[in-house]
Amino acid sequence: MHMADALISPAVGGSFWAVSCGLIGISARKTQRHLEDYAIPMMGVLGAFVFAAQMINYTIPSTGSSGHIGGGLLLAVLLGPWAGFLVLASVLSVQAFFFMDGGLLALGCNIFNLGFFPCFVAYPLVFLPASGAHPSPARLTFAAVIATVVGLQFGALGVIFQTLVSGISSLSFSAFASIMLPVHLAIGLVEGVITSTIVTLLAKARPEAIALGREHKTTPQTAWIIAKVFLPIAAVIAIALSWFASTHPDGLEWSLARLGIDTEAEAAPSGLNQALNRTQESMALFPDYRLPAPTDAAGAGPSTESWPNVEAGTSLAGLVGGMITLITVGLCAVLLHLAKRRRERARASQPVHPL
Amino acid sequence: MSHHIVEARDLAYAYPDGTRALKGVSFRITHGESVALVGPNGAGKSTLLLQLNGFLRPTQGEVRIGNLPITPKTLDQIRRTVGVIFQDPDDQLFMPTVREDVTFGPLNMGFPRQEAESIAEAVLAQVGMSDIADRAPYHLSAGQKRAVAIAAVLAMSPDILVLDEPSSHLDPKGRRRLIDLLHGFSHTKIIATHDLDLALDLCPRTIVIADGRVREDGPTLRLFQDQALLEECALELPLRMQGCPICHPQHPPSPSPGR
Amino acid sequence: MKQRSMEDRFLEFGLIDQLARADSRLHRLDPRAKLLTTLFFCALVVSFPRYSVLAILPLLLYPVLLSAMGELPLAYVARRTLPALPFAFMVGIFNPWIDTKPVASLGPLLISGGWLSFTSILLRCILTVSSAIILVASTGISQICLAFQRLGAPHLFSLQIMFLYRYLFVLTAEAVQMVRARNLRTFGRRGLGPGPFASLIASLLIRSLDRAQNIHRAMVARGFRGEIQPLRQSRWRRHDTFFVLLCILACSTIRLWNLPQAIGGWLLQLLP
Repeated sequence: MHMADALISPAVGGSFWAVSCGLIGISARKTQRHLEDYAIPMMGVLGAFVFAAQMINYTIPSTGSSGHIGGGLLLAVLLGPWAGFLVLASVLSVQAFFFMDGGLLALGCNIFNLGFFPCFVAYPLVFLPASGAHPSPARLTFAAVIATVVGLQFGALGVIFQTLVSGISSLSFSAFASIMLPVHLAIGLVEGVITSTIVTLLAKARPEAIALGREHKTTPQTAWIIAKVFLPIAAVIAIALSWFASTHPDGLEWSLARLGIDTEAEAAPSGLNQALNRTQESMALFPDYRLPAPTDAAGAGPSTESWPNVEAGTSLAGLVGGMITLITVGLCAVLLHLAKRRRERARASQPVHPL
Repeated sequence: MSHHIVEARDLAYAYPDGTRALKGVSFRITHGESVALVGPNGAGKSTLLLQLNGFLRPTQGEVRIGNLPITPKTLDQIRRTVGVIFQDPDDQLFMPTVREDVTFGPLNMGFPRQEAESIAEAVLAQVGMSDIADRAPYHLSAGQKRAVAIAAVLAMSPDILVLDEPSSHLDPKGRRRLIDLLHGFSHTKIIATHDLDLALDLCPRTIVIADGRVREDGPTLRLFQDQALLEECALELPLRMQGCPICHPQHPPSPSPGR
Repeated sequence: MKQRSMEDRFLEFGLIDQLARADSRLHRLDPRAKLLTTLFFCALVVSFPRYSVLAILPLLLYPVLLSAMGELPLAYVARRTLPALPFAFMVGIFNPWIDTKPVASLGPLLISGGWLSFTSILLRCILTVSSAIILVASTGISQICLAFQRLGAPHLFSLQIMFLYRYLFVLTAEAVQMVRARNLRTFGRRGLGPGPFASLIASLLIRSLDRAQNIHRAMVARGFRGEIQPLRQSRWRRHDTFFVLLCILACSTIRLWNLPQAIGGWLLQLLP
């Protein structure tokens, strides 16, 4: 459930980058404070482990569907939430840069959805209370399953929220949620069982490794988390969204309308908003298309013209221009490719120094 | 140069789970010696090597490097004196490029970057790996990895080299190159290995470890002729000491003890 | 979403490093310059309005020109971009059915907003992904990591990425071997059920922990005391500034003026 760049708006991407950077900063400070020097290679190797483990798929018998683990809860159990989050963030970063699993701009969203929820919600608020200090195998399984489910459900909600607020996809909240949530419920159940099996096996083979996560007194208190992590995050997101709302009144209302939230008619725009709007209008010298109001529900938009407002002339010019652009790009590619091949041929014809 | 001496006195070690890996090992290795450490799997060779660098603290007895016993206080100095080359070079090459890896030690010792880099140049040249200095370790061949791991340890200018299975995973040519390389070093060398031909080439002296004890300690050639001893320690006569069954078919091939 | 076989993905690591080791004008730029430009480019691409297709098109020049500058094979960039499309496709494909209002016309043909936004999503995806691929293939992950650190990311975090990346190769190779060994015995008929999967992962985890211990020993043996000295760093030079400014200027121009529309309109005026 990696988010892709193509689905998010800069405001959403930017604010979640800010949130994730902040979380990485806090986690790094927290981890550093309790850091034993063996933890540095250990965290790195565990990151590589999660990466490698995610490349192996399991199959759910008699359904034919397959999946891989997220590993968030497992890392939190092994390393504690702070170091676990840091490792997960690094895994996601490498995936973003290397496998294009999720884009660079969406990296903040992905770290938030897949790292924040398992490490700072599922682990301290669900797993620890549910498992207790010395859990029996059954209780461990139970705790791991509900913690994973909770983490993944929140993560899926995060994806839905970010996609809808970005306003790129036209899916409605209920449609999106009715796909995402049940799927991630199933995934969560399986992953929970797998996680608890791994933890049990590990507790037998390397009991000291399990103790690590608990030993470091990095398990945050609930109140602490709420005060220092949730509130700033909420603040950042709120600021980003209000900025977004002030610059794109349509977009947010349109999203909220599909979330089923009724928005009151806009209050008179403040001076800043007007200034922003004016800048935006003046920047958009050639507006792309003249858009009708996106949906009827969000009719408060400023569009005064009624549909259809399509001018054949503009469209034709657009088509011609688009074709020319594509041809130019294609020509560039071909010419540069030929130039490169010629250079290579020139290079190849020179005597090559044997290695 | 008395600090090239390695001495173990009645060394015993039990792992936290109670496994007694060493049960009283004593030996003394003097300056410039090359000693092979052989014995069956699980005899305690690796545990012994970990003792030499202070990774494990003995439960009984002590290890002395030169005149110093290994204690938490002397640990830094000991680790500078004893260079350990681990069995899996991947564990040892942890930095993103060969150059960064070789400078890791000198930088930790407090050399400024420029000097650390010239040390790296020098040791890479010594092991013949100058041209791969900017490569990433994971793209190297097994032989190159081994050579770089040795260079990284040489960069710390140790007096004593400890090698764990240096010839494992090497192709015959890489193995020969390694032997030639090690031959060129004047360091005191302790080599744990199953490769008796390598031991024969490099080490005039051999210590046979079995069941956590020194089973035999003496000239390599003499020990390797002791069929009973080799048999007992799950070892095999070095190939070059076996009559060639192809050239001399009248010798029935020696019954090879399957590993 | 079809998963590529893990062995294929594994092989791709090698190729990207090989490309990153090459030497070209793009490779020689400071990693920070490339990172900033790429992030700016991605943000710019996604800042286009929902229905933009035409106005985005000129940005396709960015991957074409940059891959030429970095002497990266365009076919490689394209091949790496494709696997990233399915997720965007899956989410975007609903747009044409939900958003059916026509917003543009091609002669008699009316184009609905859904199709436009769907095309736009795919285009955005291609642009952002290919720019990221070019960044990585011309810089290498450890340099990107350094760039992050010099732009203010915590040392521990960049160190973490560095170690992760280093042992990725080793552990993935181990994972590949384990899966292969298992498949050989099951004749590839059955998939890996959750139970066996968990024990396979657990043994991979145990091996990883043991390896971490060995690495720590190797580090300690070479004087490690909890601090890793910073790596060799590149210097920001004048042409780095020039490159960043040029890219920002060119992309912003494309963002602010709908060039294809303007060119098309101008051409149509020339015609009688």
